[in-house]
Amino acid sequence: MELICPAGTPASLEAAVEAGADAVYCGFRDETNARNFPGLNFSREELRKGIAFAHRRGVRVLVAINTFARAGAFGLWQAAIDDAVAAGADALILADLATLDYAHRRHPGQRLHVSVQAGAANPDAIRFYAENFGARRVVLPRVLNVMEIASIVRETSCETEVFVFGGLCVMEEGRCSLSSYATGQSPNMNGVCSPASHVAYSERDGRIDSRLGGFTINSFGKDEPAGYPTLCKGRFATPKGSGYIFEEPVSLDAAVMLPALRDAGVTAFKIEGRQRGRAYIAGVVRSFRKILAAIDEGRSPPAASLMAMAEGQAGTVGAYRKGWR
Amino acid sequence: MSDSEMTGRSAIPPVLPPVLARAVAPLPLGPLQPVLALMLHRISRMYPDLYSRLGEHADKRFGIDPTDLPFAFVLEPRLRQPRVRAVRTLPAGLDASIRGPLSGLVGMAEGTLDGDALFFSRILWVEGDVAAALALRNAIDDARIDFGAVMFGHFGPLGRRLGDALRRQLQARRTVSGAETWS
Amino acid sequence: MQLTLGPVLYHWSPERWRDFYYRVADEAQVDAVVVGEAVCSKRAPFKQDHIPAVVERLEAAGKHVLHSSLILISLPRERRQTRELMQSDEAEVEINDLSCLAGLAPKPFAVGPFVNVYNEVAAGFLAERGATRICLPPELPLTAVAAISAAVPQLATEVFAFGRVPLAISARCYHARAHKLTKDNCRFVCEQDPDGMPVKTLDGAGFLSVNGVQTLSDSCASLLRDVPALRQAGVASLRLSPQGCDMVAVARLFRDVVDERIDPEEAERRLGEIYPNVPFSNGFLHGAPGHVRTGAGGATPGDRLVSQARGGSLHENRA
Repeated sequence: MELICPAGTPASLEAAVEAGADAVYCGFRDETNARNFPGLNFSREELRKGIAFAHRRGVRVLVAINTFARAGAFGLWQAAIDDAVAAGADALILADLATLDYAHRRHPGQRLHVSVQAGAANPDAIRFYAENFGARRVVLPRVLNVMEIASIVRETSCETEVFVFGGLCVMEEGRCSLSSYATGQSPNMNGVCSPASHVAYSERDGRIDSRLGGFTINSFGKDEPAGYPTLCKGRFATPKGSGYIFEEPVSLDAAVMLPALRDAGVTAFKIEGRQRGRAYIAGVVRSFRKILAAIDEGRSPPAASLMAMAEGQAGTVGAYRKGWR
Repeated sequence: MSDSEMTGRSAIPPVLPPVLARAVAPLPLGPLQPVLALMLHRISRMYPDLYSRLGEHADKRFGIDPTDLPFAFVLEPRLRQPRVRAVRTLPAGLDASIRGPLSGLVGMAEGTLDGDALFFSRILWVEGDVAAALALRNAIDDARIDFGAVMFGHFGPLGRRLGDALRRQLQARRTVSGAETWS
Repeated sequence: MQLTLGPVLYHWSPERWRDFYYRVADEAQVDAVVVGEAVCSKRAPFKQDHIPAVVERLEAAGKHVLHSSLILISLPRERRQTRELMQSDEAEVEINDLSCLAGLAPKPFAVGPFVNVYNEVAAGFLAERGATRICLPPELPLTAVAAISAAVPQLATEVFAFGRVPLAISARCYHARAHKLTKDNCRFVCEQDPDGMPVKTLDGAGFLSVNGVQTLSDSCASLLRDVPALRQAGVASLRLSPQGCDMVAVARLFRDVVDERIDPEEAERRLGEIYPNVPFSNGFLHGAPGHVRTGAGGATPGDRLVSQARGGSLHENRA
């Protein structure tokens, strides 16, 4: 079982390697990757150095080039693929038919992973990516339960990677335009969801309101835990009542599901959070390393609480458990 | 870095004792200004990569407001002429302000505390240009600023020991303030 | 320029669904009609029995009929249904998920708006495998639409021109959740909202609309005023997505604008009479937030935002 850890900066990459990551994933500082946030990501030079550092410690680096290429500007995505391969990336994480097709033809030996942004949610989709592009691994969307994951593993030759901690998309990844509806910028096109540049907080009657693109998406009382100003975790009003109609501000924490996911045949566990600081990465990676070690030795996993790290300071096992739907 | 510094309940940083805040309140800010200017000058010289991460946000005006101190800071990172000054209250017209207890702000700047976690627990708050605040946070997190070296660098080995001693003090107080470890 | 009637995305009663298509066959000036259930596989059995008669009537009226696949396919039952659809000889399929291609017999197919085709390379890839027509994702700006149309001329490109904009699909059912039920035990409560369940912000601004596992916009896309630009961009067809209003009248209005029999501004005014109390938007096409309605004079915040956009938030001041 591999532990795949996020890195938004070179310092985070080093923190992840030191905390026990088997592989680190990161992206370039532009719209080619789905965490195109201010102050984050890697220059070409930083990636080259980061890969060299990781390789010296026996850790792999996966480069996410997982937005959908802008029409008429494919050169930017081609260059990202070529440069990541040249820098020695152990795998590319891709979502777009265009980037997968290009990488497969241009760099036939390069290991390709299908990004969660491709939304490959069943064995037929996975077979499509494996047969057409030689994809070796698929990152599963966060819409599947453990039994469905097990059947995917049984039916395909592709390795599977699943998210076990961090931000939780409640919509199927790669097919969500909520962010661009409010702000004009989307995960698929711009590599951002609910971008900070369109977020505003204001205080009103002792409550803090958060707005995205002018739409009020939440209102927090004085001591209420907060979440990211993400649309799908906002509070809204419907004729059936007001509240978190899509999902509460919670993080995915599937630590208790690790044995079941392992038994389902999952190859790799992924931690979300390239936008988080070194402290988060070191803490979460080290904690999961301990849990995995305990599971390997047949001990019961340490009761770690990472809830202070979690959005809304609350965790969920999300779709992995039937009933979430 | 030990686990206890980072996560779990220990993510809740201590607030300065009000008695301490009251004690420093009457002090004039004048003598603080050259010290701050020197620190910022050193940071911009020692960590030039900060600016490539800050990008367009380097020219913005940031307010840093340690809510348990009787004064705040206005920071203008600008590559050519970085400026920082202490103020009694943050002026209007800043691009972005970050508010929180001093130890939280310092912990985040040193990379021992996670900014998002402080935000989720409502310990830290951001106003104004959220993207600029995020860029500043990420740039500082990546730079791994050694505040001991920045503050006491010119005292040589003695300065480093002084810095380490101060850091130990801050950490000790963190543990005392109800921090429980999760490991 | 052609008109395509997209699939009914809502859970209408079987009779209402059937009668809607009978009327479309008899009266609507559309060239192609997409039938079938795209959103939720649990709804499919309700309309199954009516599909043959609907298809026959549409084809007898000279409409080109396409069969929609599901958008999100994960259950074994859904995979089986999809495979059967893909392998049937008579049905021309509009695929809404790439997994359809794994079981596709070698025959031409259409690509629906839920497949991520953002550029000419992806469009070319699908064209090589037999795609003949493609409805592009609603969030694509005009520049991308034009680039794709120009680079892959053998593919008929279509844009989402009328209807609440589909924005997201989930494994979770938000209709069931709002009624404190789960998806497995949903009692088909989505049937109570044949035009979607409105989702407003806490301060009362219209924002989204829920249709079971799907989330759509509150505003209704109208590209009536963009028809000249779309024609210039090489767009072959406009998609009209059925809402709870007179779709025959909507189609007539679009037909008249396409044929330059009526001024687009006047047409949109009349559209507001056909589908009242719903703000129109075309922001996506202009690279702006999707809810925005952009006129000749530039972007204006969507109608419903006006009341609260002056709230003095820092973002608004900066924008």
